Amino acid sequence: MNVPAELKYTASHEWVRSEPDGAITTGITDHAQQALGDLVFIELPQVGRTLKAGEACAVVESVKAASDVYAPVAGVVLAVNEAVVAAPEKVNADAYGNWLYRLKPANPGDVAKLLDATGYIAVAGES
Amino acid sequence: MLKQTPLHAIHRAAGARMVDFGGWDMPVHYGSQIDEHHAVRRGAGMFDVSHMLAVDIEPREPARGSGVRDFLRGALANNVDKLTVPGKALYSCLLRPDGGVLDDLIVYFLREDWFRLVVNAGTADKDLAWLGALVAERAPELKLTPRRDLAMIAVQGPQARERVWTVVPAARAASESLKPFNAVQAGEYLIARTGYTGEDGFEITLPAALAPDFWRALLALSVKPCGLGARDTLRLEAGMNLYGQDMDEAVNPLESGLAWTVDLTSARDFVGKSALLAAHPSRQLAGLVLQDQGGILRSHQRVSTAHGDGEVTSGSYSPTLSRSIALARLPARVAPGDIVHVDVRGKPLAARVVKPPFVRNGKSLID
Repeated sequence: MNVPAELKYTASHEWVRSEPDGAITTGITDHAQQALGDLVFIELPQVGRTLKAGEACAVVESVKAASDVYAPVAGVVLAVNEAVVAAPEKVNADAYGNWLYRLKPANPGDVAKLLDATGYIAVAGES
Repeated sequence: MLKQTPLHAIHRAAGARMVDFGGWDMPVHYGSQIDEHHAVRRGAGMFDVSHMLAVDIEPREPARGSGVRDFLRGALANNVDKLTVPGKALYSCLLRPDGGVLDDLIVYFLREDWFRLVVNAGTADKDLAWLGALVAERAPELKLTPRRDLAMIAVQGPQARERVWTVVPAARAASESLKPFNAVQAGEYLIARTGYTGEDGFEITLPAALAPDFWRALLALSVKPCGLGARDTLRLEAGMNLYGQDMDEAVNPLESGLAWTVDLTSARDFVGKSALLAAHPSRQLAGLVLQDQGGILRSHQRVSTAHGDGEVTSGSYSPTLSRSIALARLPARVAPGDIVHVDVRGKPLAARVVKPPFVRNGKSLID
């Protein structure tokens, strides 16, 4: 399973990278893109929207199914990656290189509480 | 425990993502469902369809031939009298007395004393029970033989027939002049010019033991293994119904886009005929092409029209058209060209009503 050690994860298959400025960048894991299959539609949250932790805020649709994407922590949307909206298949090709959106966390300490790679492998292995 | 086809080990070894389909462990894709879809539209792809069941209908005692055709005249909604030449195939519904669709199937006329039905995997047990009871009641001199000793492989695409002939050179002479919806026996292979993709090709029935080598020989010719995912988008583009989604026991063929498969003009009686004659269809199965951005059409989404509500029965992304398409059961007064609105995750998205198919032989039929 492709689960980079330097990232944090959620049980709902999002990855999270902490940026130097305190923001986080998030996307869906390689395991998630494999399970979904060929992605054909992505909808991202509005910039400036305030999200609660675990709130459904984006949608990824593959040929076979639609799947919600959840906010890993509470915060405000800083930016979205329009490149994956235009070409959803980029996420299939490289799930960690093609982020979905950036978030300014409401509580910086929340990120540390997310799963580490080992913890995510344990979760994803069961699903 | 899921059932396995004779090609199961090959699918697993190829790294296919497997799924429970009607109780069978089947490949949904081998990597990319969209690549598999394009391979069939542009070249050649192959599908393991051995989960479908061939059921032979013959007299218990040889040399009492005419009873098989007579039985099927009364059992099927389409008319087997259209099958005048051995090898000819016919698509038909199997109906309940109230007109509900028990299954859709292909019937092959092999000999006057030997017909074969090919039925869906998920409905095979139900069909066998239904047909068994009908035989017992109407034609006890006949017997039904489920042929789980056979495998079925669909080879589809503009290059499909050439690839098959390369693997089985002896079949070329027998099947080169075969017309669509006809089959011929070539040695151990029953070769039918049929399919579920909207492309040319063959569906080949062969002894299970020969299936792995046949599959590997096609693979060596770059025929792309395709899973049920691509099979679904290909058949949807081709405007072909999927049993259990686009029709089932709760609807009749007249409201399922299948009136063309029901023969109500001949004098013969068949199970469901009186119900269909009394029916006043208020719904139709139509095609939808999504006009707005904002999601993908999926089964069970609600459709709002000027003439009342309907429902998407099959929806997906069309790799050939690069947009979302669907089959939907809509009020009968909705017409091609109408704009309707589909509830996609809470948003009303505009879709245009079209007459299926969407794609045939690699070409878009929409705009």
